[in-house]
Amino acid sequence: MRFFLRRTAFYLFTAWAAITINFFLPRFLKGDPVSAYIAKNQGLISPDAAAALRTLFGLDKNQSLLEQYISYWKLLLSGDLGRSFSKGLAPVTDVIASALPWTIGLVGIATIISFVIGTTLGAYAGWRRGSKADALIPITTFFSTVPYFWLGLIAIAFFATTLGWFPASHAYDKGASPELTWDFIGQVINHGTLPALTIVVSSLGGWVLGMRNMMVTVMDEDYVTVAQAKGLPPRKVLINYAARNAVLPQLSSFALSLGFIVGGTLVMELVFSYPGVGKLLLDATNAKDYPLMQGLFLIITLTILVANILADVAYAILDPRTRQSEA
Amino acid sequence: MTQPETAVMAAVADPAPRTARKQTPFTKFAQAFSMFRNGKSITGLCILGFFVLVAIFGDLLAPYGPLDKDFSALRQGPSSTHWLGTTHMGEDVLSQLIYGTRGVLVVGFAAGIIATLIAVIIGVTAGYMGGWKSESLSAITNVFLVIPALPLMIIVASQYENPSLLLIAGVLALTGWAWGSRVLRAQTMSLRNRDFVQAARANGEPLYRIIAVEMLPNLIAIIASSFVGTVTAAVLGLTTLAFIGVIPITNLNWGTILFWAQQNGAFPDFWWWYVPAGLCIALLGMALSLINFGIDEYVNPRLRSAGERAREMRKKGIKVTSSVTAVRTTPTSGTQPDDGAASAPRHASPAVDLDAVTPVAPPAPANPDDTTAR
Repeated sequence: MRFFLRRTAFYLFTAWAAITINFFLPRFLKGDPVSAYIAKNQGLISPDAAAALRTLFGLDKNQSLLEQYISYWKLLLSGDLGRSFSKGLAPVTDVIASALPWTIGLVGIATIISFVIGTTLGAYAGWRRGSKADALIPITTFFSTVPYFWLGLIAIAFFATTLGWFPASHAYDKGASPELTWDFIGQVINHGTLPALTIVVSSLGGWVLGMRNMMVTVMDEDYVTVAQAKGLPPRKVLINYAARNAVLPQLSSFALSLGFIVGGTLVMELVFSYPGVGKLLLDATNAKDYPLMQGLFLIITLTILVANILADVAYAILDPRTRQSEA
Repeated sequence: MTQPETAVMAAVADPAPRTARKQTPFTKFAQAFSMFRNGKSITGLCILGFFVLVAIFGDLLAPYGPLDKDFSALRQGPSSTHWLGTTHMGEDVLSQLIYGTRGVLVVGFAAGIIATLIAVIIGVTAGYMGGWKSESLSAITNVFLVIPALPLMIIVASQYENPSLLLIAGVLALTGWAWGSRVLRAQTMSLRNRDFVQAARANGEPLYRIIAVEMLPNLIAIIASSFVGTVTAAVLGLTTLAFIGVIPITNLNWGTILFWAQQNGAFPDFWWWYVPAGLCIALLGMALSLINFGIDEYVNPRLRSAGERAREMRKKGIKVTSSVTAVRTTPTSGTQPDDGAASAPRHASPAVDLDAVTPVAPPAPANPDDTTAR
């Protein structure tokens, strides 16, 4: 019980810190682009929206910092993140909500595929250590040290431009609009394959290395020796005894990597012009759309936090020792 | 007489007993860097050294200035005058690459040094202190672990018209120190209760001496590993930021080359423009990873010995993965493993092999962490 209380306290603190950083970030900005924008669009912004923007960016000079901070929290708790300058003053929450499914769908699937393949390969490399399977490590490491954008651009140059197998950019064909038809789903899969493949290739290395090193360590444990001494078939020892224990840290990093789905693939979305959260953040940065930038940063941070909670819970369920040692 | 061969196997894993050598300042110095004394680390260090030399002597090595324009050769492929071809403005790609090395290495190492300093100060303090001080420092560390690095870098870097190299390195360090700090805290906590630290404390040694003289030498491998990791992340972060266009184009590095290549339609036809820069980043990243693999094997010797032992057994015709019923059909020849335990007599006849029961079970060292305590 104490374990869960401590973790809860930690997460509340982290969430508070992240939101507070988010509060201070725009207050460090040079110049005052927000009030300039409001002045420029005097008639276009409703008084309510302008007031919300002033609170979010600390333009209300009559308020003390503490008062600003409190009203900032009030706005957040009512789910108001302000209005986006570059998207025709649409509410930031709506803008983000329209981009979120694309990122989560594509990167989520790619992350799961990468985790499954990487962990399987790593388990195999650890089991057959000292054999040719060791060559997997340098190969996959090479692809994870290659800068992602470069890999993506070369993949586009080769598979999209030269071979013409996949479309080079966007989430669906030009002129199509999101709808639930087989044709549209086919387009989405067709457009998503190349980005997903590049994500898998570039993230495989970490999974393989982590699993291989854990396998090598676990194989030295007595219970693996006992299982082998009992004469269990090697396959069974591999899956039920060695891999099963070695996969524990992998699962916790998997939960953590779920958090980076939203924020970690900015570059992929830039290279493939994919209409996701990362592309949105880049566009917002270029357009100096501060409300959108701030909102996105908050969402990305909170996702990582939620993934951390998931990782903790998963670990506590799977490995009772964590609970004991922490308590 | 019939000592099971497990002993032989185990002895392969054990490091050769250290002969008592005379302690000179030089051997002490060499000991401090013993985590780099293995093939992987040395290979990585050699590649890194090559890039460092290129960065230092860039002015002498580069055939042209990085921005010298040769209007008679626009978008030319590799030739004898321009080894790696030219850009759309007739600039020499090889020269840009050579000059760009400096930007990458300076920012990478500056970020690595700043981040490692923060990580050591916060991590070791948090590990040594205990109580609420430790908890609050570790909470700060966790906050920085949770903050997404790349978006933060983009937001901060976009606030400045012309961020200096040091500022970029600072931002990269600020988002990259937390992981090293977390690992250092864990290791310091385990060191804190070791006998030699307790003894130092009982002797009345001052705190700074306990930390600097007793603890830090045992943390060097982890500090080095976190330094190398931060440099890798910083190099990738820098090139990514440059490629996105957040860092001004006046700062020449490998990322800006790729930025220009993409802006001017180099993909996919003008391969000489974008392939070398990407390969350089990958090669540097690979070198840093190799150094870290070497350190990992030093910290956790099982990682290395497992492969060596498996190869040793395969030579004798035993599968590592086979279970108890493995029967050795080919009698082993006279090749003895080159270790001190060769006195164990070999089974001469095909027999049910005892050591196949315990293919991978050396007597585990009493405390694996002790390897860092040398």
